[in-house]
Amino acid sequence: MKKSQLPAPLGELAADNGRSRGHHSLVEGLAFGLLRLSMLLVIAAIFFIFYDIFSKGVGMISWEFITAMPRRGMTEGGIWPAVLGTVYITLITAAASVPVGVFAAIYLNEYAKKNMFTRVIRLSIRNLAGVPSIVYGLFGVALFVRALELGTSLLSAGLTLGLLTLPVTITASEEALKAVPDSFREGALALGATKWQAIRTNVIPSALPGIITGMILGISRAAGETAPILFTGAAFYLASLPNSLSSRFMALPYHLFIMSTQHHSIEKVRPIAYGTALVLIGLVVTMNMSAILLRAHYRKKMRG
Amino acid sequence: MSGSLSPCIKTEGGLFLNRKLETAIAYFFTLNGAFVIFVLVGIFALLLSSSFAAWQDVGLISFLTERVWNPAGFVSSQFGIFTKIVGTLMVTAGAMLFAVPLGVATAAYLAEVASSWEREIFKPVIELLAAVPSVVLGFFGIVVFSPLLARIFNLPNGLNALNGSILLGLMSLPTIISIAEDALTAVPKEYKEASLALGATRWQTLSRIIIPAAGSGVTAAIMLGIGRSLGETMTVIMATGNALQFPSDFFSSVRTMTATIAIELGEVPAHTTHYYTLFAIGFVLFSMTFLVSLLADIFLHRASEVKKL
Amino acid sequence: METNLVIQVKKLNLYYGKFQALKEVNMEISRQEVTALIGPSGCGKSTFLRTLNRLNDLIDSVQIDGSVSIDGKNIYDKSCDVVALRKKVGMVFQKPNPFPKTIYENVAYGPRVHGIRERKKLDVIVEKSLREAALWDEVKDDLNRSALRLSGGQQQRLCIARVLAVEPDVVLMDEPTSALDPIATQKIEDLIRELKEKFTIVIVTHNMQQAARVSDSTAFFLNGEVLEMGDTEIMFTRPLDQRTEDYITGKFG
Repeated sequence: MKKSQLPAPLGELAADNGRSRGHHSLVEGLAFGLLRLSMLLVIAAIFFIFYDIFSKGVGMISWEFITAMPRRGMTEGGIWPAVLGTVYITLITAAASVPVGVFAAIYLNEYAKKNMFTRVIRLSIRNLAGVPSIVYGLFGVALFVRALELGTSLLSAGLTLGLLTLPVTITASEEALKAVPDSFREGALALGATKWQAIRTNVIPSALPGIITGMILGISRAAGETAPILFTGAAFYLASLPNSLSSRFMALPYHLFIMSTQHHSIEKVRPIAYGTALVLIGLVVTMNMSAILLRAHYRKKMRG
Repeated sequence: MSGSLSPCIKTEGGLFLNRKLETAIAYFFTLNGAFVIFVLVGIFALLLSSSFAAWQDVGLISFLTERVWNPAGFVSSQFGIFTKIVGTLMVTAGAMLFAVPLGVATAAYLAEVASSWEREIFKPVIELLAAVPSVVLGFFGIVVFSPLLARIFNLPNGLNALNGSILLGLMSLPTIISIAEDALTAVPKEYKEASLALGATRWQTLSRIIIPAAGSGVTAAIMLGIGRSLGETMTVIMATGNALQFPSDFFSSVRTMTATIAIELGEVPAHTTHYYTLFAIGFVLFSMTFLVSLLADIFLHRASEVKKL
Repeated sequence: METNLVIQVKKLNLYYGKFQALKEVNMEISRQEVTALIGPSGCGKSTFLRTLNRLNDLIDSVQIDGSVSIDGKNIYDKSCDVVALRKKVGMVFQKPNPFPKTIYENVAYGPRVHGIRERKKLDVIVEKSLREAALWDEVKDDLNRSALRLSGGQQQRLCIARVLAVEPDVVLMDEPTSALDPIATQKIEDLIRELKEKFTIVIVTHNMQQAARVSDSTAFFLNGEVLEMGDTEIMFTRPLDQRTEDYITGKFG
């Protein structure tokens, strides 16, 4: 049917409708375009950051850069002590935060009743997650360095970072435990397993990949933190590698900080700073990616 | 099956021992759960007690309202943190000025407009930004934004509040985007379908139904972004120039509260007024972020009520 | 004393917070019989089933009074060991819930948590239980495959084998065929008739025909009360209560 054949009022309506639809789709197109532009802007900024650091840092990366000691007032040589320090500190952080974090998550998901006590614990976790990292640094100085007399050391810094990563570890572990279907618990209990037997043999094994994911995310955050270790154990420069828990240590993020702000010839060491930034980003991103891949892999497997 | 055994008498292993062990295990996990309360209360108690020591010497009012911070004054020391509070609020406000619209728009795009392949590619990229250590972003501020800002605005250098704001905005974007997106996708499908069925366009549905319905969740996302900016140390210490003067505009160099602690704690002798005032700054920071996460909590709670509907 | 009586429930009340889900329930269940619990959704029959192995204990807000005696002992007595009770009173769930382990490990799970470690003993138990559950011939070559690879009906029979492996006296079944196709359902029903030779079975079902086919006695639940209980044949042919007849003939449900 052609429009001209319509009675007049109906024809008008149709024309009007067409106009307003055109108008609406124009507005919608503009609005959605603007939203897309916003996202592309964010993505572009991220690419720019990664591109800049990669392109300017990649020239520095060599086996020697990673495994050699710094030389001549850190204007030459490698970053080995900082790499090693970061590895040590992440391991200590994991040792300090993973057991408590996982146990706390088990409490929250398996044992906790819906009462005031549980609510206070959850509130505490959320608030701890929002406490600035420098405040953890203050706490570490007062408690571990001074009150417990652990001094500025790997141990003090590791314990400080352990507290900092606790909320991440707990939240991720709890998510993992939550994902275990209740039928696994009930099935075991109905067979006469005790609560702990059901958790140990049936719940934890299923949640393990998720718990490990959370652990990796937690320590990858610790690996990149600077503020909490500034005064609890990180050192500007050390001629020897740390050899005990009471040693001070160099760390990649702190090394990048001093190479870009504190060094006596900043312009000269800029390539080293770029190299350090790339190694640090590479380390943290690799940890994150492997955590995410691990999670995806086991999710698929769980569905079987 | 004999069936004559009473169900209440355990046949192997001591019943008593078994029960005791289970109770002990339950207590053990409870203790670990309670640990986080100890940590939070411990941080609070430490900061507060140190702050009292500081306020005894400085006075709470002048600590918060005086502009001059001169811990090693020749004649007398001054410990006013007003300038630093302003510095912190300034860079945070600047950050939110562009991170909020950009973040919420991105979240809206991802939640309602993007095709599934766009989501699958771009969401992990944004997560990647969350993984970048703050010190790397600070470095980026020094080597890229600082010269750029200096050239654009014709300044001697680009280490100022604006630079800090840009970096903090970038840092809080992943938080804002991911939580706002969660809030938007959690809006019940029924609302959306009802609106579309009434002949509203997708844009009308998004702007008039979905975003308002997700309002609490989006607000919580912004709160958490603010919390992240207030407490950030390394990026601001590296990018803002850390001058002690009261800032006149966004091109001024500023020193935030976090930067003050990070710069001065290493040099200060323990248990002096100066030492305690740094903890008192920590207490002010702690209170601000505590308040912000509490607000975020309230909004998130509201958001979950909407979802239930 | 009546030796044929296994379960005796007296004046059982159960509350979820303020909501009363079971009201003054009295019931007697005999040895080596199949008892069917029927009634519309939300009438309390599954809740009642879960009081028999105290699985409601997992829910914080549940409060119970009255008594449930199994072999003359009140299982809600303070001195009762819940673990021993659940070993004696096994349960099969509505949806097949095999653990994400191998077929062998699923069946061996119960004996293992009860302290049996020798491989030879476990082998014997696993084979015996799988045979009893009429699954042995189908899986005997795949014992180390994941239980999640089995079909729904096989999974449910595996869950039954898993219960049989702990040698219970009573087996509770909570709508065990509601997630299965008709052929798998028939296999389970055949199995139930065989198992009755050795075990006391209490089964919740939505399916009237199923209740009529497999059970010896039937209890009809409505709004948390047992309206009528007795011999299945009599219930299905000459119910005493009009509401029972209405439900059985499909006037509501």
